[in-house]
Amino acid sequence: MFDYLFYTSLVVFLLGLIYKISTWFTRKIGILGKDITTAQRLQSAVRGIAGVIFSSKILALLEAVVLDVLLQRRVLKESLSRWLAHMLIFYGFMLLLLMHALESVVSEALFSEYYSTVNPFFFLRDFFGAMVLAGVILAAVRRYLAQPRRLRTGGMDHYAIMIVAVIMLSGIALEGLKIASHSEFTRMVEDYAGLDDEDEIKALETLWVKEYGTVSPTIEAPFDAELLETGREVHESSCMDCHADAPWAFTGFATAKLIKPLALWLDERNGVTLLWYVHIIACFLGLGYLPFSKMFHLIATPISLMTSRVMGLAESLPANVVTRQIMELDACTHCGSCSLNCSAAMVFEAVGNEYILPSEKMTLLKRLATGKKIDDAQMRAIQEGVYLCTNCDRCTVRCPSGIRLKELWYSVREALLADGPPLPLVLSPFSFARGLIVQKTLTADSYTAPVARARQVVSGQFVNLMNPETSIPLNAQTGAEMQPTAKDSTYTHCFSCQSCTTVCPVVANYDDPEQVLGLLPHQIMCSLGLGLSEMASGAGMIWDCLTCYKCQENCPQQVEVCDILYRLKNTAVASIEH
Amino acid sequence: MKFALFHGCNIPARVEQYADATAAVCARLGIELVEMTAFNCCGYPARNTDHRAYVLSAAKNLAVAEQSGLDMLVMCKCCYGSLKKAEYFLNQDPELTADINHILARENLGYGNKTRVKHLLSVLYHDVGLERLKDEISKAYSGLQIAVSYGCHALRPSNVTAFDDPVSPKIFDELVETTGAFSVAWTRKLDCCGAPLTGINDQLAMDMAQKKIDSAREAGAQFICTACPYTQLQFDGVQMRLNAQSNDGKPLAPILYPQLLGLSMGIDEKTLGISKNEIDLSEITSFLMAE
Repeated sequence: MFDYLFYTSLVVFLLGLIYKISTWFTRKIGILGKDITTAQRLQSAVRGIAGVIFSSKILALLEAVVLDVLLQRRVLKESLSRWLAHMLIFYGFMLLLLMHALESVVSEALFSEYYSTVNPFFFLRDFFGAMVLAGVILAAVRRYLAQPRRLRTGGMDHYAIMIVAVIMLSGIALEGLKIASHSEFTRMVEDYAGLDDEDEIKALETLWVKEYGTVSPTIEAPFDAELLETGREVHESSCMDCHADAPWAFTGFATAKLIKPLALWLDERNGVTLLWYVHIIACFLGLGYLPFSKMFHLIATPISLMTSRVMGLAESLPANVVTRQIMELDACTHCGSCSLNCSAAMVFEAVGNEYILPSEKMTLLKRLATGKKIDDAQMRAIQEGVYLCTNCDRCTVRCPSGIRLKELWYSVREALLADGPPLPLVLSPFSFARGLIVQKTLTADSYTAPVARARQVVSGQFVNLMNPETSIPLNAQTGAEMQPTAKDSTYTHCFSCQSCTTVCPVVANYDDPEQVLGLLPHQIMCSLGLGLSEMASGAGMIWDCLTCYKCQENCPQQVEVCDILYRLKNTAVASIEH
Repeated sequence: MKFALFHGCNIPARVEQYADATAAVCARLGIELVEMTAFNCCGYPARNTDHRAYVLSAAKNLAVAEQSGLDMLVMCKCCYGSLKKAEYFLNQDPELTADINHILARENLGYGNKTRVKHLLSVLYHDVGLERLKDEISKAYSGLQIAVSYGCHALRPSNVTAFDDPVSPKIFDELVETTGAFSVAWTRKLDCCGAPLTGINDQLAMDMAQKKIDSAREAGAQFICTACPYTQLQFDGVQMRLNAQSNDGKPLAPILYPQLLGLSMGIDEKTLGISKNEIDLSEITSFLMAE
């Protein structure tokens, strides 16, 4: 049964591993690698890896292995408590895996005197288990109690904490029940002690009930001192050499004390066997499901940490960047560091679009990469979320998994702009990095198209007015949301002196400004005076405004020209969204 | 003197030498700069599309500084303008303030108009003073002609920003001249560098930059001095693009004010990040007089 379960889960694990790693070379996300084949990606990966191994970059790689992977320096930079929790879980679990789960392969090969009931191994098993449990408790406190703002906890996060907790707790409970179990005691005596004198066994049992947590159906306090004395002699001659005293297994011993009233009842109902199944099934489930769960970061995150360290050193092969970006989706542990440090966090608080938070973008990108369809509303939300980014790079700098989020955003953003609906946000300074940096990597068309589409959609009804034949609809109804509020009605003070237009550097830049800009600043003020808010908010001028505030500074009537243009931009965007 | 240092988003990602040079200069002048990890975007890029999101972003920073009991030292002119403007909106509009404070309360913060927002240049001019700066200058420049670019968002609207006289400002000129350099008179000194439209209307943004560069060159400037990451990037990266398009010969290199000041204080080039500027400005050291 054990073997059957073990090999099944091992095969599932290995197949899953092969499948997941193969997706690193087959899937694509963003605009990169449209023409790059899987074969090219595999070749480039081999070349890239060889290039690192046979050059001085190997030193940087080793540094990453020691400091980032083994010592988890980047987690430590984020928070001491998170580092502690993660180190406890990681090292506790790894040591348990090697010493306890793989004892027949590892421990017995390394230590000729290895025996699970002998110290130090007997004690260490509990010690490592306690490490993991302490780490899991810290992690659970963070996720469920402390709940830092903008830390989101999803299904995979629950699963990760649950599976580790179930493995640990069932292991400790199993050990506790074995300590308390009378049938275990009897079995051990029969198998190992070599005793056949009933009195000696009874004396031994008395001692074990008193000192080592065994719960007997027949023996209980008060104990006969003489019997205890004999029991100790038997214990010293038959047990002690191969079995450390039960209190050394401190978590199990404590559990045995805890379940004492229930121990007999549980023992009669084969509780030991049941818990053993729970424990190993949880372990095998964890193993088989590992490649498909957040726990896959055990494999992907070290690779991400290593690649991000060496791929930053020189120009990378384009195919390797494509591969790395897919691998990075698996390296994301949804720890939330990016979102907790996000510069646009307050925009999220105001707008409520979760995809502004980098960690939530990653969650959706994982789904997008698998080719899952997302609905229009989600498409719009992620497009907006990916664009509401100040490109401050903090997420990239802070990511404990070394994911180069900045480059991922650059690439995904372009794909979403090309495939999604027109996005008015393109007409805001959020586009600065796109203009300064990303532009260099794009064709002229793919760079300008999103801007042109956005301009078209914000121009609203205004296009009609560009035709001199069209009469201006002076009786046009203005929606309530377009009504200027009392706060910025300074345009009513405008007496059309045109100072704003005269000093405007944008107007001065063109030979025929009205043709290019639609309405000039003073004409916009005038339109507002006539109640033509919709017309004013459709003028190209408002999007070409440099916000240099010369108009406002120079207005003799204290009209807040530039602020009004800002307000018109806001209403134009709002009217598209609703 | 102690300030909460506001980096904004551009400086850490693209103009880190501005922060490095500022830190070096401030250390010399005994200004203590406190890093605040809770600071976020000043709100400036959100203003085009969502006024409330803009004010909330700005207010969070003001509230964080307020909680620490420090005034803010801002390096970016656009961040400065954005924060000042938000402060103005909040002080004008109790309803808006209540709404914003309601959201900030979730993070145990609140805006109470207790922190003063200051630009680096204002701190150097008003709080430190030219006399104190002169004391620190060990290698003054000689024969160096500089065009100072004031930066729209600090200068205007002057009733809100209160940075300097909006028509004939002087603090940047005087700060430059303290180093021994000469601040040239140029027609586009107070004009926009075009950065707000980079990425939105690149041609217009480049036209603005080109006009300023031409004007500075015409006035005989050898370098343009900036005190804003947007302006710096506009004259650095965007000028490179302009040059590549027009094959215009040698570009007119921009230099960040704390770099200019730092060199004259004898701070080494590496600390000031001189080589991190895209357009080479190593020639500037030839104008430094020996100690």
